[in-house]
Amino acid sequence: MAKKSLISIQDFTKEEILHILDVAEEFEHNKSQTFLSDKVVACIFFEPSTRTRLSFETAANRLGARVIGFSDAANTSVRKGESLKDTIRMVSNYVDLIVMRHPLEGSARYASEVASVPVINAGDGANQHPTQTLLDLYTIKQTQGRLDHININMVGDLKYGRTVHSLLQAMSHFSPEFEFTAPDELKLPQEYRDFMELKGIPYKETSDLRKYLDSTDILYMTRIQQERFTDPVEYEKVKNVYSLNASMLSGVRPNMKILHPLPRLQEIAQDVDDTPYAWYFKQAENGMYVRMAIISYLLGKR
Amino acid sequence: MENNKEKQLKVSAIKNGTVLDHIPSGQVFKVIDILGLNDSPHPVTFGVNLDSKSMGNKGIIKISERFFKDDELNKIALVAPHASVNIIKDFEVVEKKLLTIPETISGIVKCINPMCVTNHEDIPTKFKTIVHGTEIRLLCSYCEKITDI
Repeated sequence: MAKKSLISIQDFTKEEILHILDVAEEFEHNKSQTFLSDKVVACIFFEPSTRTRLSFETAANRLGARVIGFSDAANTSVRKGESLKDTIRMVSNYVDLIVMRHPLEGSARYASEVASVPVINAGDGANQHPTQTLLDLYTIKQTQGRLDHININMVGDLKYGRTVHSLLQAMSHFSPEFEFTAPDELKLPQEYRDFMELKGIPYKETSDLRKYLDSTDILYMTRIQQERFTDPVEYEKVKNVYSLNASMLSGVRPNMKILHPLPRLQEIAQDVDDTPYAWYFKQAENGMYVRMAIISYLLGKR
Repeated sequence: MENNKEKQLKVSAIKNGTVLDHIPSGQVFKVIDILGLNDSPHPVTFGVNLDSKSMGNKGIIKISERFFKDDELNKIALVAPHASVNIIKDFEVVEKKLLTIPETISGIVKCINPMCVTNHEDIPTKFKTIVHGTEIRLLCSYCEKITDI
């Protein structure tokens, strides 16, 4: 099998996406299948991350693979000025698969061109985070029983939020309907509106969180990410713009589930956690099964 | 006729080679750069701010003894999409070519995104071209952001 990497959600066809979701479901029912015991996976994180790194490392371990890597570029030869190219070349000689997070956009694509083994993009700055998108799809299917004709209300930072952009691209395979809830400063960029026009996907926009709350299947909440703002004043203006609490959920659809890529700040109050609509911790757990499926698939084992 | 004579004085005719006409005046130096004419062993003459009926004001470059491959010429479509290419043999135009915009562009343009990996590591840029009305947009193959030209 030719080397295949996962850099951008658009690298996977609809069939490949559905295959990954099926395999992930198999892993959810049988969490430890150690058929990768002869493999070594590198998790190289040039930027801090808790959830993504731990879930990748756990996924690799549950498949029987061994894991090497680093969680911070400060203690590596990168600090001595080594180029990304040299680091990737070196690591790809040691291992069977590379999982990489890096603050520069496009770094993962570049790494996949330089590496001799498959590369999984675990986030390249504000650009792509395709494994998050696949676990979002898995969770939508898990909670709604299907992916087709789902109504999704995306809330928060729709301008810089990479998970929003990737999910929107991935859902385009499944005839969705969208509502976008964002303050004016953080509205969806033009290129994604163009994308939806092109695909004929209907969408509505508002800045009022209550407006479409009761008419949606999936409420996809996002954090306003301070690290994406160049202007601190802009961040201060919008950081507390949305706050969902349990009392706002009295009229929602019974099948409605709240997703959030986490970490969450004040945008979801703690009292929402105990409602039947909160699904974000289950969503994070799903990340592990989906990452097990992706690793297995790229190593030609599923 | 008066005009023609005057023009010939400004940028003299060549015997054999390539004439690139109807280049926007401001882009002449970029075209020289893209085609690597700085290092040309052959005579290169050029003019800017010349009168043009269709453009009002144009630039022209004449390269003696040099014939380009289409791939090379198409690179200049980015900065001079309406340039015309005349192949000269023995002072006569023997062939006229129009430029076509290439599907991918490598190495010429910088990505506009300051966080793009190509602006931090020693990597040649790579773009897909998207024709949007009369504009040409470049989609970075690395960071997936659009650079307008």
